[in-house]
Amino acid sequence: MSILLDKKTRVLVQGITGRDGSFHTKMMMEYGTKVIAGVTPGKGGQKMNGVPVFDTVSDAMEMKPDAACIFVPPAFAVDALWESVEAGIKLITVITEGIPTLEMMKVKNHIKGRGITIIGPNCPGIITPGEAKIGILPGSIFKKGNVGVISRSGTLTYEVVYALTEKGIGQSTVIGIGGDPIIGSRFLDLLEKFKNDKKTDSVVIIGEIGGNDEIEAAQFIKEELKKPACAFIAGKSAPAGKKMGHAGAIISGSSDTAQAKIEALLGMGIPVAALPQDVAGLLK
Amino acid sequence: MNLYEYQGKELFAQYRIPIPKGKLAVNRSDAVGYALQAGFPVVVKAQVLTGGRGKSGGIKVVKNEAELDRAVDDVFSLRIKGFAVEKVLIEEGVNIDKEIYMSILTNRATEKITLIACGQGGMDIEEVAKKDAAAVLKMDIDPLIGLRSHHFLKLFRHLEISDQSVIYQMKHIAGKMYEMFNELYLSLVEINPLIITSGKRVLALDSKTVIDDNGFPFLKEMERFANQDDKNRDEIDAKNANLSFVALDGDIGCIVNGAGLAMATMDMIKHFGGDPANFLDIGGSSNPDKVVNALKIITRNPRVKAILFNIFGGITRCDDVAKGIKEALLKSPISLPIVIRLTGTNQSEGVEILKGLKLPATSSMQEAVKMAVEKCGGVK
Repeated sequence: MSILLDKKTRVLVQGITGRDGSFHTKMMMEYGTKVIAGVTPGKGGQKMNGVPVFDTVSDAMEMKPDAACIFVPPAFAVDALWESVEAGIKLITVITEGIPTLEMMKVKNHIKGRGITIIGPNCPGIITPGEAKIGILPGSIFKKGNVGVISRSGTLTYEVVYALTEKGIGQSTVIGIGGDPIIGSRFLDLLEKFKNDKKTDSVVIIGEIGGNDEIEAAQFIKEELKKPACAFIAGKSAPAGKKMGHAGAIISGSSDTAQAKIEALLGMGIPVAALPQDVAGLLK
Repeated sequence: MNLYEYQGKELFAQYRIPIPKGKLAVNRSDAVGYALQAGFPVVVKAQVLTGGRGKSGGIKVVKNEAELDRAVDDVFSLRIKGFAVEKVLIEEGVNIDKEIYMSILTNRATEKITLIACGQGGMDIEEVAKKDAAAVLKMDIDPLIGLRSHHFLKLFRHLEISDQSVIYQMKHIAGKMYEMFNELYLSLVEINPLIITSGKRVLALDSKTVIDDNGFPFLKEMERFANQDDKNRDEIDAKNANLSFVALDGDIGCIVNGAGLAMATMDMIKHFGGDPANFLDIGGSSNPDKVVNALKIITRNPRVKAILFNIFGGITRCDDVAKGIKEALLKSPISLPIVIRLTGTNQSEGVEILKGLKLPATSSMQEAVKMAVEKCGGVK
């Protein structure tokens, strides 16, 4: 399989009866994702798009889920996340935006060394084109292929992927890791996975202002990845000290500007596209 | 969200972190009155949401009545990094034996809560760290373990504090800072300087407090601090309409779905020689009202010469955006040129609606950006 997800992955949807949860469950299933259960407290026993709904994740464990996808409003999302962690689900994707950083930090410190992968929060999800998707990514723009994509953004990922697909360049797995300051999986965690993935020949990273993860990633790409990689960094024109939409997209020093990241990547021999659609050209 | 010094100190008082006696004044005569009540020496401190206040003359120690009027006038007349001084904190003067730096913050690199301390307080901590990294203690705390005895031991060893009464007071203060950090979802609480008086009292002379915007909605009791950041009217209205908005200096008004794409749009405008008037993310959900509100905010900016929509439909549906444009134009016609890029979910339905309005739409971001730049003076 590609990294994280394929058509055999059994997916549980938390918040399956909500507006976004129900709509995207349908979209996921149409794409080919094996959604086998849903959870909404108080709605146990119902069915949603033919999928059985349970009151709790532990009730839903009888359906043997491999992965969970969380579409729960911010006030309940942290509890939903802890619930899946405690139930023993190994891949959890959190779409919800607005989880307090401190709450996410607690979860992150708990899962270290427990073999649990969290993607997000505040992310569009994961797609293995031609197989399955978890989250809200629009399936039609992706194409099966050998480029791995890791991105801190949603629609900017679509922009880059759209250009790749138009040029006939397919993707192995595309992951939106989320725009929050503390996220379940960082560039480095997923680069490790792409390194060992036989279906991935090259990698694109899409970063933005704030934090130093792109710089860490650059180091890893140069020293360990052993596969061609290129990047796009958003926020060259962003003013310092202002949050640009994403909670984590804020310049707070001199090392977390777009320029500093671009220089670090170029310094490690990793080409950086000036415009999103130019990424496709850098892979040829 | 940033708090003013006096608001941070309100929270300190609530958490029993000792602070000097003080009172907030919103005009010159109150300030003078409070200072006379406090007696001399007294300190007049400008309340602004920016650093570097001391260097700009925003903190004045007044030794006697003769200097008072002048000092209050001076502070109220300042503009500090563009911020007018509308409030001052009048505080009793204290004698300082030692100044310490202490802060607790979210560390996104280590994914821990970090306590930072330094024996050289009252200075820019980043400058101190640059000159002498060993002078600054940075201690990571696992949020699931909390602040424990061994952390305190390290802290006092680093600060070379051995006086039992001082240790007792500092332990209380650090513990309360940590408690506050957790309970109020802070991303930073900083005391610089934390002082030890000649009488061995430990006091927080300053306060810098930042609340995590994602934590804020969960804290009913903090609502009184809402909407007070250095935002202009547009930024406040945008926030109330659930739009992410940052005002910039240029002339191309931008309406984009998604934060990353919105930043990339601004970057591309610059790349082709134009200048964005704003960052604006209408977010993921499909609601024509958001577009109506976004247009309202953008069109009242007199600098804006063209409006650029860049929509890549995913969760956001192109027809909803088009409906929003239609609704806004029906309410009040817009004479500015509008350039629209629509791709993705329900693109053809969206394009159809726009045709009815005689608004052409392109599916290419680059083409749309170039067109918008041309409307404002041309592609470089």
